[in-house]
Amino acid sequence: MTAAFFVLGSPLAAFAAIALLPPLRRAGRPAAYLTVAASVVSLAAALTLALPFLRGGGTPVEASTLWAPLGGSGALRFGILVDGLSASMASLVALIALLVQVYSLAYMAGESRPALGRYFAYHALFAFAMQGLVLAHNLLQTYVFWELVGLGSYLLIGFYWEKPEAGRAALKAFWTTRLGDVGFALGLLAIWTAAGTFTFSELFEKTAAGSIAMAPLALGLAGLYLGAMGKSAQFPFHVWLPDAMEGPTPVSALIHAATMVAAGVYLMVRVSPLLAHAPALSAVILAIGVLTALLAGSLALIERDLKRVLAYSTVSQLGMMMAAVGAGAPEAAYFHLLTHAFFKALLFLVAGSVLHALHTGDLFSMGRLAGKMPVTAACFAVGALALSGVPPLSGFFSKDEILAAVLLGGHPIAFALLLANAGLTAFYIGRAFLLAMGGDREAAGHPHESPALMTAPMIVLAVGAVLGGLLAGVVPRLLSAGEPAHAPIAVATAGTLVALGGLALAWMGYQRRSFDPGRIRAAAGPLTTLLERRYFVDDAFVFVYRRVYLGVATAVGWFDRYVLDGAVNALSWGTWQIAGRLRTIANGRAQDALYALVAGVILLVWLALAR
Amino acid sequence: MSLTAVLYLALAMFSLGLYGVLARRHVVAVLLSIELMFNAANLAIVALSWSRGLLSGVVLVLFSIAITVAEVAVGLSLVLLAARRGKTTVLDDLSELKG
Repeated sequence: MTAAFFVLGSPLAAFAAIALLPPLRRAGRPAAYLTVAASVVSLAAALTLALPFLRGGGTPVEASTLWAPLGGSGALRFGILVDGLSASMASLVALIALLVQVYSLAYMAGESRPALGRYFAYHALFAFAMQGLVLAHNLLQTYVFWELVGLGSYLLIGFYWEKPEAGRAALKAFWTTRLGDVGFALGLLAIWTAAGTFTFSELFEKTAAGSIAMAPLALGLAGLYLGAMGKSAQFPFHVWLPDAMEGPTPVSALIHAATMVAAGVYLMVRVSPLLAHAPALSAVILAIGVLTALLAGSLALIERDLKRVLAYSTVSQLGMMMAAVGAGAPEAAYFHLLTHAFFKALLFLVAGSVLHALHTGDLFSMGRLAGKMPVTAACFAVGALALSGVPPLSGFFSKDEILAAVLLGGHPIAFALLLANAGLTAFYIGRAFLLAMGGDREAAGHPHESPALMTAPMIVLAVGAVLGGLLAGVVPRLLSAGEPAHAPIAVATAGTLVALGGLALAWMGYQRRSFDPGRIRAAAGPLTTLLERRYFVDDAFVFVYRRVYLGVATAVGWFDRYVLDGAVNALSWGTWQIAGRLRTIANGRAQDALYALVAGVILLVWLALAR
Repeated sequence: MSLTAVLYLALAMFSLGLYGVLARRHVVAVLLSIELMFNAANLAIVALSWSRGLLSGVVLVLFSIAITVAEVAVGLSLVLLAARRGKTTVLDDLSELKG
């Protein structure tokens, strides 16, 4: 249990030190080393927690302290829950955070020293918040850290605050996720009403015992799902994630690929024992997950910017995870979360490496980088193959498990759509790889391989992306779920064939030039427009904001200005008028006042005598 | 002289003073009128106390006279100040407190 405090405490201590000691922050690199050291401690502690569970012998531990007593029987507690799920997730978060921070040492080396200190302070804050979210033993605490994570994300997206787009993207991310978090808050109220507790273990016990009214609980879960939709960028809240690419690339790898965006999935996996009792909500989660996966996957097809391709890919993969949750296979979702964290963080670090060399993310300004950046290219290839789901890389196993779970869960249409999405995935990542690394165009400038501090984390993640499939047998143990139903070999074959097909198509279009993608793009006119406008989702948000929201706001503003303020103003105007009349009495002449005084005395005496 | 007669005298003095306070325009005249009202009150106290054979009223009035002296000193210095600052000793001209 002590280890859990180190998991949480070391990033918090690093953040506090950097935030409270301005000389340390302004020194830059010492602050960075402090944060990295804290991450090492955090990772070591998290692994200590996780190892027993990975071996299969761990017992869940819970420790909590009274936070706020409530009248009656209830009380809010603040505590830590260490079980297979939280311990493994904490290890993952700590590992990726450490790798990304080491990578940042080189990637952010050009920043001024105070900016570097600020950057690592945010990193430490984010690591603390994320670990708190993972280890929380009740929903309210989850919510607190959930918002803190959002704050960390906001600060890091807006790190280049002098760029207006970065500031806007940070706000967009914060507001969009906030929209979902309103649902989270309402969901908390509903769950408290239904169950009278926020603690996971009690919730599970009560649900298993059947002592909770199912309808309000389902409502509460729907609220939580809204929050998860915002964080995990589910349609229609996915709009913030591509814009969040304005942040530094390592941040995208950590927050917007591996950890924070996975928090929504993590939450849903966490409450999956409750979710099993809400079939209607599960169906909605499945449908929205599949929709998100397909929409984002198709949007990645035409994107010119490498980081944005990866962002849409992340949205799409999150959609697949959510679909697995909706299909009642949280272990498949969590498995994919773990493998995805490795290969997507890897891909983002690769993108950072390319950006570092070229200073542009535009795919069409790249080309033939493989010869000049061999390590980066190799890592890109590993990440791309893992993302496509080519055996025996990690993505194959987890994607396969999701596909199988969806099919065996009795959702053939969702299965078909997700299979199609697997093909899309392979195609767009193949396209991105070939445009950047292959092709027949030479990239402008003099690209060079990145320093060892950047390639080393990439290699570690690449190893993880290759070997992640070994976790297949471990994940059900972590969730103390039964062995997953074994995927029919046909599913694995179909998934592999579709992935290879997508890659082959990309090869033909962008390497062999067997066909011209530009002509297909032109031929599919309306469809292309639809994709270029991003399915008009952003426009819909703008419309809702401009017409509906501002319309209502104008009406409310008019009512406030003319009716409410009018009443107040009328009152003050009347008082003013009466005062204008009355003030003539007070003419400042002492004797006039005395007259009034004498008259008053006479009146009082008369009244006293008349009684 | 009977108690009633003395009290009527005091009433007359008080009324005269009140009239002076309310009607006279010169500040010094108003101060004089206030003194008149004071003394009417003193006279009434002494008369009532004497009619019951007590001395306490007389003692009280001695104090009252001492206070009156102080009050006149303050009042006259205020008048002097007003005369010097506002160049006036007419009460109606001292109306800076009007609303």
